[in-house]
Amino acid sequence: MDSTARPPLDRLAALASAAAHRPGAPCRCANGAVGVLADRDDGTVVRHGRLVAKAHAPGTDPEAHRARLALAAHPDVAGVFLPPLPPPPAPAPDELDGRPVTVWPYGPSVDPADPDAAPWEEAARLLALLHRTPPPPLGADRLPEMRAPVKAALAVDRMRRTAPGHPALATVLAAWRSLPDPAPAAPRMLCHGDFHLGQLVRAPAGEPADGAGPAHTGPWRLIDIDDSGLGDPAWDLARPAAWFAAGILPPEVWSRFLGAYQEAGGPALGADPWLRLDVPARALTVQTAALALAKSTAEGRPLDEVEGVMIDTCARIAAQRTDRGASASA
Amino acid sequence: MQCPKCHAAMHTYNRNGVQIEQCSGCRGIFLDYGELEALTRLESQWVQPAPPAPQAPQAYPAQPAPAAPAWGAPQHGGHHGGGHYRQRGFGRMLFSS
Repeated sequence: MDSTARPPLDRLAALASAAAHRPGAPCRCANGAVGVLADRDDGTVVRHGRLVAKAHAPGTDPEAHRARLALAAHPDVAGVFLPPLPPPPAPAPDELDGRPVTVWPYGPSVDPADPDAAPWEEAARLLALLHRTPPPPLGADRLPEMRAPVKAALAVDRMRRTAPGHPALATVLAAWRSLPDPAPAAPRMLCHGDFHLGQLVRAPAGEPADGAGPAHTGPWRLIDIDDSGLGDPAWDLARPAAWFAAGILPPEVWSRFLGAYQEAGGPALGADPWLRLDVPARALTVQTAALALAKSTAEGRPLDEVEGVMIDTCARIAAQRTDRGASASA
Repeated sequence: MQCPKCHAAMHTYNRNGVQIEQCSGCRGIFLDYGELEALTRLESQWVQPAPPAPQAPQAYPAQPAPAAPAWGAPQHGGHHGGGHYRQRGFGRMLFSS
């Protein structure tokens, strides 16, 4: 049978099944433990029992990918990143249509219905630990730059391309122009590159039986290596900072997150946190607003209230720059 | 109702009992007759008494508000942000937006 004729999702599901079970072993995985967890531009994730298989984004740089995978598997960051599982044995492929495929333990993620249970402190401690870890030697693999600044620029490009007539476009672009280019000098440390609460899962507590559901009471770990690398660690704090500045993340939750990061010796910020957070938080605000315009335009719908708040924040960013420019020239 | 400036749909929000229309496109705000005065009145009510530190939940010890950038939202510390967070905002924190 020509396996390439099957849809990529089916082939990824077959690969996950092959990785989860010994050859010839029957699958006794419960229905609810098998299925698609994510199918987006930036990656497709299929669960099969105790593990997930991920097909990374089309166009993923193979060399950078290898280095990032080696980082996640490195013992120096074992307490931070969920480590990958060995790839399924041949004849299972290690790529799908040119997209690298990786296998990881399955872990439950943060419950969207329960904001009070969100592990803000644990997330902050994981980031502090990651930032404090000296970049480990990865043999022949050279760790690439983390991609957070690139992602902001890509979001603005996408907005320009796909929502050129949107009435809020000028506001978002004005906020984007307020960002210094090049970015101010900053220390280069290990970074996640796309941190948000969806990048946390609970690691399995112990060795699970084949296909059986293990007790998922292990510690929280970071997932998604695709944007990780070396860079300014303030970017890893910038998304919660942007939500806080926009008025969406309550101040007390932001204080808990920031306090836990600083208590854990996180090195990204000085005594005045906004000295380092200002630029990346503005960039993440612009990124979020830009994607809101692109997505709402593609879906033919108006901006919702939260998206509108991000545009309003862009307007304040742009106005602040204008004020400063005006007083400087006066 | 359509925005007179960019013609996108306008949505009605209730802010402290005052109805305001905000454009879903350019974010402009339309106030009916008397609403500006109502908002000004409300503002002075907020400013005048200035009760000593209306810190809300008892679970946390009273803390100073965390520092925010100059471009941050003006309503920090109010119920406004908390409402966003519970209703729709929190879910957004689980995605690469």
